[in-house]
Amino acid sequence: MIEVTGLTKRFGSKVAVDDLSFSVKKGEVLGFLGPNGAGKSTTMRMVTGFLPVTAGEIKICGISMIDSPEAAKKKIGYLPESAPLYNDMTVQGFLKFCASLRGLSGAARRTAVESAIETCFLNSVARQSIGTLSKGYRHRTCLAQALLHDPEVLVLDEPTDGLDPNQKLEVRKLIKNLGKEKAILFSTHILEEVSAACTRAVIVDQGKIVADGTPEQLIAEGRGSLYDLFHKVTSTDNTAA
Amino acid sequence: MNTWTIFKRELTSYFTQPTAYAIVVIFGFLSTLLAFTLGNFWGIGDASLYGSFFRFHPLLLMILVPAVSMRQWSDEHSTGTIELLGTFPIKLRSAILGKFFASALIWFVALLLTFPIVSAVTYLGEPDSGTILSGYIGSFLVCCTFLAITTLVSSFTRDQVVALIASVAICCVLTICGWEPVINEIRRSGSGQAVDIMTQLGIYSHFFDTTLGLIRMTSLLYFLGLIAVCLVGTNMVLKSQRA
Repeated sequence: MIEVTGLTKRFGSKVAVDDLSFSVKKGEVLGFLGPNGAGKSTTMRMVTGFLPVTAGEIKICGISMIDSPEAAKKKIGYLPESAPLYNDMTVQGFLKFCASLRGLSGAARRTAVESAIETCFLNSVARQSIGTLSKGYRHRTCLAQALLHDPEVLVLDEPTDGLDPNQKLEVRKLIKNLGKEKAILFSTHILEEVSAACTRAVIVDQGKIVADGTPEQLIAEGRGSLYDLFHKVTSTDNTAA
Repeated sequence: MNTWTIFKRELTSYFTQPTAYAIVVIFGFLSTLLAFTLGNFWGIGDASLYGSFFRFHPLLLMILVPAVSMRQWSDEHSTGTIELLGTFPIKLRSAILGKFFASALIWFVALLLTFPIVSAVTYLGEPDSGTILSGYIGSFLVCCTFLAITTLVSSFTRDQVVALIASVAICCVLTICGWEPVINEIRRSGSGQAVDIMTQLGIYSHFFDTTLGLIRMTSLLYFLGLIAVCLVGTNMVLKSQRA
């Protein structure tokens, strides 16, 4: 459902993503691992159509993101890294606004908003102004907008970042459940999340894939420790510099 | 459809914050105050309202319009919501137009709320309602032009204060370079060509015609052209920032 081939992104002379290729099938949760600055968010921004690519091809459910961005974007639900929201809106108002932009109206929009509120446990804050929400609720509100149109593909950029341990657990469970019916690409630098939520994972470093496999394969490759593998295949700040 | 959705969101956003209310009230108050003080409303005997009322509009709007709209795109940059908008299946121009029309409506309402002065002049004399209507159209075109300039400037920066200062500066230049006292000063120094250029570039000469009831094609093209250039420019800037 997500097919990325030869994806490259350059910012001036800096190569942020270097000839990256991977695919995510229906029912698969692909963990995108890597140190800060490895190119995870840039890749996700290209996959979701926010950033134009320098070279390569992205296909979402067979639709090219480069040739038909609007049609491809309809298939994706996206949670950006910082969970950006309009602080002056209520949770419900924001979700209604997002649903309208997704082309939903009338009863379909009402049902979609109610269902997203239910799925992300937002009932208690549905009528609250977003500006007054805690970080956990903000994250879940942004996740809810990604689920509104029941997309076939979910792209989640660090979905558990800044959440407390209970919330992390809930979100991981949610990702795992959603992953049964959808193709999910999610980035993280928390290695425990790989075995907790992913069916497959890739490790990215300096814009390139340096390891690819199921959590079990990657752990075996790291001789019992994903940390060791991560440390071995990625560059530290010193080596990167 | 998407333009309408974004228009509604923006409009709601303006009215959930005190800024829009404050600025609409300030505009109504200052424009009326200037009409009765510097404009000499009682003494001038001008039923077209140019000399006493409309004359001051560009001077007020060059500051107040950027104050209302400075956050239009800078806020999207600073909160990161531009990333959300950029990944929805909508055209960027729908978002630009939705935001622009919502701000334009605020100024339409602000101009409507100056009706007491029209009531006063109607009560006291027999004004030409066509000339007054034309004056209002001129004022609204000035609002939309300054608004489009602010839209373009705010697309460059994530800092609202920078957007405000830069927009006010550009609107000031457009206003001042066609303003009577400045033009008269340059004319006295003998540079006829400079006077012609500045008059054509500045807002005032085009605005002045409309307040006299003359909506010339050149003035209409001047205003609509500037608005179109700024909005197309906003689209280009926002797209190039992602590249």
